[in-house]
Formats: sequence, C-alpha cells, structure tokens
Amino acid sequence: MKAHGLGHKASASWLLLLSVAVFLLPWYKVPPDGISALWESAFFHAMAGRLWLLPVIVLPIVLLVVWQQRSALKRQIMTLLLLAFGLLSLLLQVSLIGLNGPLFTSVAGLFPGASTGQTGLGWGGFLTAIALLGLLANELADSGFCKGDRFAAAAVVFVVALLGLFVFFPIIKLATTAFTNPEGGLALQAFGARLIAPELWRLNCISSEGGSCGVVINSVVLGIMSATLSTLLGLALAMLVARTGFRFTKTLRAISILPIITPPFVVGVALIVLFGRSGLVTGWGAELFGVTPSRWLYGLPGILMAQTLAFTPVTFLVLLGTLEAINPSLEEASHTLGAGPLRTFQSITLPLLRPGLAAAFLLAFIESLADFGNPLVLGGGYEVLSTKIFFAVVGARYDLGNAATLSIILLALTLGAFWIQARWLGKKSYVTVTGKSDAGLAAPLPKPLQAVSYSIVGLFVLFTLAVYAIVLLGGFVNDIGRWDLTPTLRHLGTAFSVEMGGNGIEFYGSAWSSLKTTLLVSALAAPLTTAIGIITAWLIARQNFAGKRQFEFGTMLSFAIPGTVVGVSYVAAFNVPPVDITGTMVILVICFMFRNMPVGMRAGIAALSQIDRSMEEASQTLGAGGFTTLRRIVLPLVKPAMFTAMVYSFVTAMTAVSAVIFLVSARHNMATAYIMGRVENGEYALAITYSAVLMLVMIAAIVIFSALIGKRRLGRRVPDNAKPQLSEAVSVN
Amino acid sequence: MADIAIEFIDVVKKYNDVTAVDQINLSIRRGELVTFLGPSGCGKTTSLRLVAGLELPTAGQMLIHGRDVSRRPASERNVGMVFQSYALFPHMSVLDNVAYGPVIRGESKHKAHARALEILELLGLPNLSRRLPSELSGGQQQRVAVARAIAQQPEVMLFDEPLSNVDAKLRRKVRAEIRELQQRFGLTAIYVTHDQEEALAVSDRIVVMNAGRIAQIGTPEDLYDRPNSPFVADFIGDANLVDGKVAAGCFSAGNLNLAIPGEAGNARVSIRPERIVLGGSAKPGSISGEIVSATYLGSRMEYVIATNFTELLVSRPIAEPRLGLKQHVSLVINEKDLTRVS
Repeated sequence: MKAHGLGHKASASWLLLLSVAVFLLPWYKVPPDGISALWESAFFHAMAGRLWLLPVIVLPIVLLVVWQQRSALKRQIMTLLLLAFGLLSLLLQVSLIGLNGPLFTSVAGLFPGASTGQTGLGWGGFLTAIALLGLLANELADSGFCKGDRFAAAAVVFVVALLGLFVFFPIIKLATTAFTNPEGGLALQAFGARLIAPELWRLNCISSEGGSCGVVINSVVLGIMSATLSTLLGLALAMLVARTGFRFTKTLRAISILPIITPPFVVGVALIVLFGRSGLVTGWGAELFGVTPSRWLYGLPGILMAQTLAFTPVTFLVLLGTLEAINPSLEEASHTLGAGPLRTFQSITLPLLRPGLAAAFLLAFIESLADFGNPLVLGGGYEVLSTKIFFAVVGARYDLGNAATLSIILLALTLGAFWIQARWLGKKSYVTVTGKSDAGLAAPLPKPLQAVSYSIVGLFVLFTLAVYAIVLLGGFVNDIGRWDLTPTLRHLGTAFSVEMGGNGIEFYGSAWSSLKTTLLVSALAAPLTTAIGIITAWLIARQNFAGKRQFEFGTMLSFAIPGTVVGVSYVAAFNVPPVDITGTMVILVICFMFRNMPVGMRAGIAALSQIDRSMEEASQTLGAGGFTTLRRIVLPLVKPAMFTAMVYSFVTAMTAVSAVIFLVSARHNMATAYIMGRVENGEYALAITYSAVLMLVMIAAIVIFSALIGKRRLGRRVPDNAKPQLSEAVSVN
Repeated sequence: MADIAIEFIDVVKKYNDVTAVDQINLSIRRGELVTFLGPSGCGKTTSLRLVAGLELPTAGQMLIHGRDVSRRPASERNVGMVFQSYALFPHMSVLDNVAYGPVIRGESKHKAHARALEILELLGLPNLSRRLPSELSGGQQQRVAVARAIAQQPEVMLFDEPLSNVDAKLRRKVRAEIRELQQRFGLTAIYVTHDQEEALAVSDRIVVMNAGRIAQIGTPEDLYDRPNSPFVADFIGDANLVDGKVAAGCFSAGNLNLAIPGEAGNARVSIRPERIVLGGSAKPGSISGEIVSATYLGSRMEYVIATNFTELLVSRPIAEPRLGLKQHVSLVINEKDLTRVS
C-alpha cells in the first residue's frame, strides 16, 4: 500500500514539527513572568500552571495512539475531530486570555489559573498552529479534498489561514475597536456619537455662513471632482492614441507608467515648488502680471491637481482598452446609414464607451478616497478621511476608537464603489464581438474633438514634464524654489554621504538607514508576494474545492481595502497578543504581501487561462504531485506573470506610504516615511533628491528582475497578452 | 480475480447537481483494449479521468490491479495518459518530455534519458529528441505523447480521443499503430472516442455510454449485430428502426411479417441498411416500395424507399444495377437480420 504509506510520511513530519513546537520551542515571544528556563516550551508553561496549554500538548500523543487504528475511516474521522478540537482550543485560548488574564470575566472559569495572563506567541506557538494546519490539510487531502492532492490541500488551508489572519482578523479587530471602549466594554453610544459627529458631515462650506465642511463631505467631493477630471483627461488621451494618427503613442504609454514608480509626495512637492506662495510660477506671475502670491494651492485645488496627474494614467489605460474593443464596423455601419463623424461619435462611440467611462470614474474615485500622500502635503486646512485617520492615530490626540470609526466609513465608501463597479458594470458590457473581427478601420476622431483633445493632452503633458523636470533637477541644484540653479551635490550629501573610515566605508548620510530598510523589505516582500499571488491564482484557476467562491471574495477584499484602513487595522490587531508583531520588519513585509497579492493573482489567473489545463494533468499522470507540477510545468509557463507580480510588488513596496506609515518604527523606518518627515519640515530639496534616488533604484531593479526571470519565449504557447505589462498592474494604492 | 486490471464498482461522479457518471459497474481484463464510446456529454471522458485519478468518484470504488485507488490522486496511481491536445510540455525538449515520468518517479536523469531514447527509437522518432514540441508536426506530437505515457511503464494506458487532432487521412494509420503497440506491449488500455468506426476498428470490447450510464458492453460484432437498444443500434452504424407488433412469434409492421423469438406485444426492431436486398420484381416474402431518393456515394448507392409502413434506408454495392427515382421495387429482409431492440 504505497499511497497509504506516503500519506503517513507527510503526516508524520507534521506531527514531528508539532511535537518539537510544543515540547522544545519557546511558546511565548517574551516569557510572561520572566522565569528564565532553558526551554520555555508549552510543556514547561503548562507544568507551571498554564493549564490551558494542555490540549495542544496531549494532542501529538493522542494522535499517535489514534493512528494505530486499523479502520481507515475511523482513523480519518477521529483525526479530523482531534485536529478541529486542537485548533479550536488554540484559537479560543489565544483570543480570550490577554496580557492581564482573561479578557472577559465571564470566561475566567474556562481557564483556571489564567489570571497571570500571557504574552504574544513565539516560535513554539506559531509553529504549533502551522503544524496543526498541515496535519489538517493532509487529512483533508486523504479524504478527497482537492482531488486528493496534498500540496493543493495544504495551499488552500494555509492561504485561507493567512488571509484570515492578515486580512479579515485586522478588519474584525478594527470593528471591535470602534464598537468598544478601551476597557473592553461595549460602547455603541460612543460609536454612534462619533459616527454622526458634525465634523464628519457638516455642510458649512456651502452655507452662507462660510466655514469648512465635514471630512466625509470633503472626501466625497474631492473624489467626485478628481474622478471626473481624470476620466475626462484619460478619455482625451485614449481617443488621441486610438483614433488619430498621433505619433507619440509610445511616449504616452511610458508616461502612464510614471505614477507607479513615483514616490508619493513628490508630485505634491513639485507642485509646491511650482505654484506655492514662493513658487516659481507664482514668482513669475507676480513679476510679469502683478498677481499677489497667495496660498491658493493648499486645499482642494492642490490636491485635485496632484490627484488628476496621478490618476489619469489609470483612466487612460481603462478607456484605451474599451475604445480598442469597439468593433470598427459599428462605426462604419453608422456612416453607411448616413451619419456624419460627429453624429456617429455622439450616437455610437460615446454610448459604447459608457461602461469604460464608468469603470474609469469609479477606479479614480476609489483611488482618490484612498490617497493619503497628496492630501497630507497639499491639504492645508482641507481635511479628508485618510489624513484625519492618520492624525487620530499618530497625532497628539491619540484616539484609536475614532480612527477605527473613520476607517469603517472610508471602508464602506470604497467597498460601496467596488460593489457598484462589480455589480453594475458586470452586467452592462457592450462587448458584442465574438471571435475575430478584422474588418474595417476605426473612424478617425471628428475634427472639433481632435482639437479639444490635443489641447487638453498638451496641457497634461506639459504639466507632467514640468513636475518631473523639477524632480530630476531639484535634487542637484542649490535651491530650485528660488530658481537658483547652481549645481550642487549638497542635498545628495546630506542624505547619502559616504566616508572612508577606519572600518572601511561608513554610511553617514541621514537617509541610508531608511533606504537599507526599504530595499530589504521590498526585496523580501517581492518574492513572497509573487509566491502567494501565483499560488492563489493557481488555486482559483485550477483547483476545485468547497468554499472556492468565498475564497475568491476574500482575496478580492484585500484589494479593496484602502491603505490607511489597513494601517490602522494592523495597529489595532497586531499591537497586542497573540500576534504581537508591530515594530518589527515582519509586519512591514506581511503588510505588503497582502496588499499587493491581488496583482500577482490577477496576472497569474490571466496567464493560467492561456495554458492548456491538460498539461498539468499530464504531469500528474506521469507521477508528479501538485508541488512538482507547479514548479516544473506551471511556473516556467507563467514567467511573464511572475515578472509583472515581482516588479509591481517591489516597486509598490518602495513607494507605498498609506499603510506603512502606521507601521514604521524608529528602528525600521521606510524611505517614504522618511521623505514625509522631510516634507513636513519643509526640506523639499532633500525630499526631492531622495525621491529621484528611489526612482533610479526602481528602474535598476526592474532591469535586474527582467534579467533574472529571463525572457525566453516559449514557442507559440505564450500569447501576446501574457507578456509583462507594467501598465496593466496599476491598482488602488 | 487476478486477471482483472480495472474495476468500476457502483461508481458515481456528480458535479454539483449534474450527474456525469451514474453507477457504473465494469471490469477490464489485463491486456485488453476497451473503448468508451458515446455522444458528447455521455460521461465517457469523465469515466476515463476517474481511472486516471484526475477526478475522484463521488461514490463507489475504483480498483486498479485489485488496489482501491478511489481517493488517490493521479500522481499516486501508475497510469499513462495520452491527451486529446497531447499536452506536451512546450518548454521541454522531446527527450525531456519523454523522460519526465521516470525522472519524477525517482530515476537518475541519465537512466531516464536512456530509457526515453529507447522508446523514441521504438516509435521511430529517435532523431527528434532534441526538438521542442512546437517544432513537430501533429502526427509526430501524437507519437511523442504516446512515448511519454509509455515511458513510465504504466499499469494502464488511457487514450482520450487521441485521433481528434490528426489529419483525417492519417487516422487509419495512426489507429492501427496504437492497436499494434498496445498488443506488442500487452498493455491494458482504455480508449475514448465518439467515432463509432474508430471504436469498431481498434477495440477488443466496446462500452457504449449514454447519459452517464452504460448502454451496452460487447465485442464490436456483438454491438453491430446484436444491439440491445434503439440507442446502440442507431449510434453504431446506420439502422432502420421499425415499430411494429409481435404476436405468436411473428413480427409484423404493415405488410412486413417475419418470424422473431421473444414475448408478444409492441416491439421495435433494427434492420441494417446493407442487409436489405432489392429485387426488380415482386417475389414471395418480399414487400414493395417506391424509391424516394437515390444518392451516389462512390463505393455504394444509398436509397430511401417508402413502404406502406415506414421509409427505409437501403445501402447497395455500386456494382448492382442502379435504380431510379419513383421506381417501384421489392425489398427482401431476412429473419436473421432482424434485431429486436425494445
């Protein structure tokens, strides 16, 4: 019975891990009562009176006994029940016993002796959970889950557990924080009061008395305006590219990638340098036309400008896709029926574009709500949800409850927009073409529209060029703000000075530490994000298992949560036991993994859908299990998707700010947080220099990644649309 | 029983509410080539995948050489499968493709390559070993797929519509090769096809499937000459299905009266078109009819003839004198060519 033996071998390894974790490894991260012993394992602690650890200790022994059982069915059922019991007892005790004993007095009876409390889990605790899940996966596979494939079953179990811990648990914790007071009691009244607070909803800015509106109103107004502007701009760009003999298509596509590799704040800072009170353009305006310099930029106008510049590339790509999907013969038909170019555009092209317009609008709306960097730099007195949340956590008035409430509102807004997008746009698709359509040429844009498009696009390109010129130039001249263009390396020196000391090269610059952390975190996060993204894609595209729909929904959810909300929820969830990891580098890596995983997942699903499924089945019939098949057949065939995921997650980890800003610590500071500090101090030149360095690093990294992953084309099997396209990886930050 | 290679015991496969395979019982002997034949959606491919382990049964047991593999994945069975699309790994050379199975099962790379070369030689492909699959013709790809499946010395060979991507002209040759190979290696094989002619040509036994169930099992002759149901009669070859009544050991429909065993009552019989003899003038025991259509098919003539009970399809060798439209003919049907199907 070869197969049976194999099952036992895998289970035996997990059991060994469980035993080691329970008997040998330190159960807690920091021993709760400072007793120093050689091995502070669960066994040790249980002997010392922490009786609630007993279930996981006896489990390995009981399992060994049960496995002597002859009847396979009985053995299976008993093992499953035991594992369920073990996992449940672990889950209950870690979630009910906190630092200072039982969290609720009502459960104290369940855990005698728990008044001493317990700290966060250490290696022993984590490995115990992992071993239990591994055993569970093995047992499920043996009873036919995932067609009996152990690797697939384990992948499902672990990905679900990870999503649960790092996506759902923080959100639940956030909600709990919003509904309870710091002492742990239910505080619905306080929640209600915070929810309807006038500082959220007041409409003073439109009333005659003047004043400012509530943050929710501000956020939504900003979202609508910025989405409208960037959709219109994106439409103009897309029409130029798709419907005119526009010659700079490649340049436009290149520009559309820029926001992805642009650190946040940079655009804001560049705008300040250009249009701030002592800005360049402001200065020229005062000189030439006598315009009094003012602070008009700070507030809605500034944020709007920055966001429009940042989101237009996204809307451009969405609308370009829609435009190119319109069958040209529809427009030709309209012409043959007697409609002129303008009439055709108005009655055929535009209505067909509607779903694309709506998608672009909603996407930009969601991004605007989630945006944190631009409102922070350019907001002035204009408060939006994301900045308000930030200041509720890191400001002088620390109020996690309020931050949680605001986060829930923000989450509700973005999820609502996502829901509309999925629900409404899912049905309203006008794609009528099935199969090949090689007939006809797209109708050229009517002349008046062309003129409008060209001028809008010209303005956009001019703006973008000005902003990036500032970024490239600003770091290497004396003072860009005063147009003092004397070349200098002093900013670079402040940030990245290097001296030859007694111990070799010494890094004196103030930015080195954060750059090193950023590089390390990004380099760790990129392969991990890719791995989990591709594995999840493979599970969704290739495996059938119970609960797959919910699984897919869960992965999508992690995509829809704004970074600020993720940051707050991680603070709420991982500042306390059992998973006490704030202030470490681990939490930064994990945060990026689950924020960026959906991109790798979508790229992976797209690539997998192009690969004949029977290739993997062939590998299986030739004796390869799920893991070998994934490694030897699937991965070589989805290399382009891996490239996209790698580059995207690396680059995003380097430029993201909204979530990590809550998670950085003095020891592990990230580049973006450092830059933000410089911006707040008004050290614009330094911020710009660092940003330019970051962008260079990212470009270098992209080149290195593409060399590492390789670009060997696999005959005819890899279709064009599976090629790496950074621009497709644009997503919500 | 030692000589049973594969056994389906009450095997059921459901996808949500759809029952793809509905309580199948079947034993396949060692060294036998059995074909699963049926229209699309009849459950034949699902049955094959159940043997491979690419699907696990919802209920019932699957035994391979006496071992219950019902819950074991494909990688833990030893089956060689030739896929409809061949499923050659595009990023590996032909040699690496064929050596994949042995390497995965733990042989050294050197040994696996030697073995792969040996098999490629047997199949007449030794000089292609360094090519990529994309550089091969369809027929060559098919042979490499077979070589890859054989290389791991499988307990069972499975063929999933292996000829559907082969040029119509080549099919006869390739199917003969598969049959020859199967007999040379003494392989137990299951062959899935929807083409009844292919099934008749390669099989020791044929399993005709319909709507997830087995309609009939038998040798090609059994199925052609003695179909047990209208479905099988109609699916294998052409058949005239005639409704009538049986009384006192005699089947009658219109003025057709022929002796037939079996109980009395309503009955349906199958008559193969080529078994009906056409005579110029009325003979005793014959029935008369009028030619409604006459089609020239190169090797034979096909007539549709209206009788006073039904229209009959008749197929005659081209050498016989041609008959024209509207012509009145007499048809002779022998008792032995009548098969009662319901």
